[in-house]
Amino acid sequence: MNTVAPAPAPVALRRSVELTVDGDPVIAPEGTTILQACRARGIEVPTLCYLETLAPVNVCRVCVVEVDGSRALVPSCSRPVAAGMVVRTDSERVRTSRRMVLELLASSVDLSTAGSDVHRWIEQYGARPERHGPAARAADRDHAHAGHHEAPAVGAAATVAQPVKRDNDQYVRDYAKCILCYKCVEACGEEAQNTFAIAVAGRGFDARISTEFDAALPDSACVYCGNCIGVCPTGALMFVSEHDLRARGDWDESRQEVTRTVCPYCGVGCNLELHVQDNRIVKVTSPLDHDVTSGNLCVKGRFGFEFAQE
Amino acid sequence: MDLSTTEATPSADERLAVDSVLGPPESGWFGGTRTALDGHVAIGGTALARSRRNLLLPALHAVQERVGSIGPAALGYLCTRLDLPPAEAFGVASAYALFTFEPGPPVVVHVCDDVACLAASGGDPAEELARRHGPAGSGTTVTWRPSPCLGHCEHGSAALVQVAGEHGGRGTLAPFAAGDMDRLASLGPGLELAELPVPLALVPQAGAEDTRLLRRVGRVDPSSLDAYRAAGGYQGLRRALELGPAGVIAELKDAKLLGRGGAAFPTGAKWEAVARNPVRPHYFVANADESEPGTFKDRVLLDHDPYALVEALTVAGVTTGAQKGFVYLRGEYPVAAARLEHAAAEARKRGLLGEDVMGSGIGFDLEVRRGAGAYIAGEETALFNSIEGRRPEPRNKPPYPVDRGLFDKPTGVNNVETLLSVLEVLSMGGSGYAALGTPDSTGTRLFCVSGRVARRGLYEVPMGTALGALLDLAGGVAEGRPLRAVLLGGAAGSFVGPDELDLPLSFEGARAAGTTLGSGVMVVLDDTVDMTAFVGRVARFFRDESCGQCVPCRIGTQRQEEVLGRLAAGRPIGSIADELAILDDVDQVMRDASICGLGQTASSVVMSAVRRGLVATGAGAGNGRRP
Repeated sequence: MNTVAPAPAPVALRRSVELTVDGDPVIAPEGTTILQACRARGIEVPTLCYLETLAPVNVCRVCVVEVDGSRALVPSCSRPVAAGMVVRTDSERVRTSRRMVLELLASSVDLSTAGSDVHRWIEQYGARPERHGPAARAADRDHAHAGHHEAPAVGAAATVAQPVKRDNDQYVRDYAKCILCYKCVEACGEEAQNTFAIAVAGRGFDARISTEFDAALPDSACVYCGNCIGVCPTGALMFVSEHDLRARGDWDESRQEVTRTVCPYCGVGCNLELHVQDNRIVKVTSPLDHDVTSGNLCVKGRFGFEFAQE
Repeated sequence: MDLSTTEATPSADERLAVDSVLGPPESGWFGGTRTALDGHVAIGGTALARSRRNLLLPALHAVQERVGSIGPAALGYLCTRLDLPPAEAFGVASAYALFTFEPGPPVVVHVCDDVACLAASGGDPAEELARRHGPAGSGTTVTWRPSPCLGHCEHGSAALVQVAGEHGGRGTLAPFAAGDMDRLASLGPGLELAELPVPLALVPQAGAEDTRLLRRVGRVDPSSLDAYRAAGGYQGLRRALELGPAGVIAELKDAKLLGRGGAAFPTGAKWEAVARNPVRPHYFVANADESEPGTFKDRVLLDHDPYALVEALTVAGVTTGAQKGFVYLRGEYPVAAARLEHAAAEARKRGLLGEDVMGSGIGFDLEVRRGAGAYIAGEETALFNSIEGRRPEPRNKPPYPVDRGLFDKPTGVNNVETLLSVLEVLSMGGSGYAALGTPDSTGTRLFCVSGRVARRGLYEVPMGTALGALLDLAGGVAEGRPLRAVLLGGAAGSFVGPDELDLPLSFEGARAAGTTLGSGVMVVLDDTVDMTAFVGRVARFFRDESCGQCVPCRIGTQRQEEVLGRLAAGRPIGSIADELAILDDVDQVMRDASICGLGQTASSVVMSAVRRGLVATGAGAGNGRRP
């Protein structure tokens, strides 16, 4: 029996634009970004402040590319492709800027728990953070006043070093590891949680993530959804459990098993990834590409696992 | 959203300060007394919150001025009133230098130690103050703090006095001597701001026939609308209404008027793009956030000819279809703020602002908004964020302001000099205006001449005038000493040497010489100026004024200052060449990868000094202290 396949439902076809990337013609859907076009071609573009689930803030500037006709380099994460655009992702100018962004960050921020990509890029682009000198004495960043700063100590490189903030049982904030990518602020605010417990405060090198008047989290608007932890690229925001294991030198991802399950608390169906080490849940995440959560959870899904431990 | 604010109760003063801007609370929902009715209605929502957020900065000013600092209880009350998360409000407030968060002395004297005053005084103005009055920030009733440029460079020294209290506010002393600090200290909180003399405007050309933008300064009573009209005021608006928007834009194009803000964008094209944009409403903003070190032209114009800006902004509004205009004025200009407010009120009384401007049936009104100590807020998109009550961080461009500017609506933005030049275009006709200056840089240009020069002041010359001719007009180098260099364009500009005095002061002339006119800054430097300290001050300025949003500028300005410190101390890490390589790399990443023009030019002066050998890069070379 001959069956006629049903006609495919009409799909709104996105128009395509043609551009040139590194000398090759590329066709990309209108409205996509240069970064997306590059990734579709398998061209690696480093990113730090970019995340698929958040609107690009284009502040880290490590993803810059050269676009003909543009005086300055262009952030590929936010610039839409345009017909006839000529893009260079590996020119001398691009490499210099990426090297320097990585070098400036590495010279001022503790990147020890940042993703392995970051360390690979530092190597690959030839960043030399050590040439700025040994780390200067830590400053009181929470009370820095806009428009005033102490003269830098001669021979030392200022850093964002400061004590770890541990003011609740769920997570720690180690802003010595903060590269100020704005992701936690976005996730806490209008991109996900709409809680607005944190914002960028101060300015310039003294800019920092802060609650109002540096209030402790229990005194702030924080609802402990942990969505800020989920988006943090450097481990500045970390489960207490992970932080303590690391402090004891017991954190070992090779001994961890990740189990995907569905949160038992309500009927929404959020997927959880339980990171288990030595039969203990040490961290909970949710997949970024999960269509219910986009990586976000609430306090129960993120931290309400003690009942499963005993 | 679900606000979580502090439970601390605001003091009576804190409430009064906030209410002076926002009015008394409408209901228990916004911090008022809770009534039975409040239990039956719910008022709030994001639309309401969005519509109020732009009042954040004015309310923060009110608290700072009345109470002397912004504490948790005041911020909590303010956030309840505005339906705003306190973390965001704190993030905004803490980005401005003029706001403080811990109780301190009620009188704070901000003393300029920036480049123009540094050059003019032949030493660090802060050093003597520290010796006589203790370190910055010390003291119980009166204290002092070093300040970036206060825009009174023609006096060679200046201080901004901030007084907290019921009649608190700001005043300026220029010139300012360390002895003035003794007087202020003896007055203490009893200091009456109204008794501070209004600083003079030094305009050596006053009365000269060929000045245009300066012709009323010092000659026409800045408080009198009648005097302004008798001196030709409001002829421009009358003409603009006769010509209609298309006619005005055609005149601007004929005049080939280019923006005086630094980017030299054609004004006619900008106005046309706003006027034609189908999205409504439109806004027009006068950028008077003059903060480029060495710049004082807006202050002179607004202190002494405030009606001109009110008229020019009205012309811009009726031409571009904007019914609402804003003057964003730097917070360090208290006299200009008062005089502008007064001028706008007078114009409103006479039907020159309001629903029916000059009987045309077209509505336009304006508001003056004050900055609070942030150079970056002069960047046009950071300025929009500042008015909107957000952190003064530049936005990514595109989209450009003519498409999505203030409140995400089509917005025209020009600086004060450009807007006042529009009145000259209307008065002379486009082709008449184009006959002034050079073919590519038409009209006249204001220059803020300061530093080691015989007659400091604000000058107006036709575009294309040679740098040397302007220097001669200002009487040459002070005391006839040898010229070392001229800083042209401000902290974002570059140095010009004594062998380049034939440089034509035009957009194309500056570009060809690899420099910029910037905001019309001309700081004259002779052999007495400590160039290492001078360039170091520029580096400190950018380190202080970077908004911190993007990595290249946030960390680059810090590293740049550190390298200069090591070079000045003769303690390089590795070789001098290694240090210069760092400066070069930092320069490249800031120029190429910063979000905005501040970051892209934050290394301009430093690199210019290095290339010209003006800073110490070895055994004391280039360090030419006063003999």
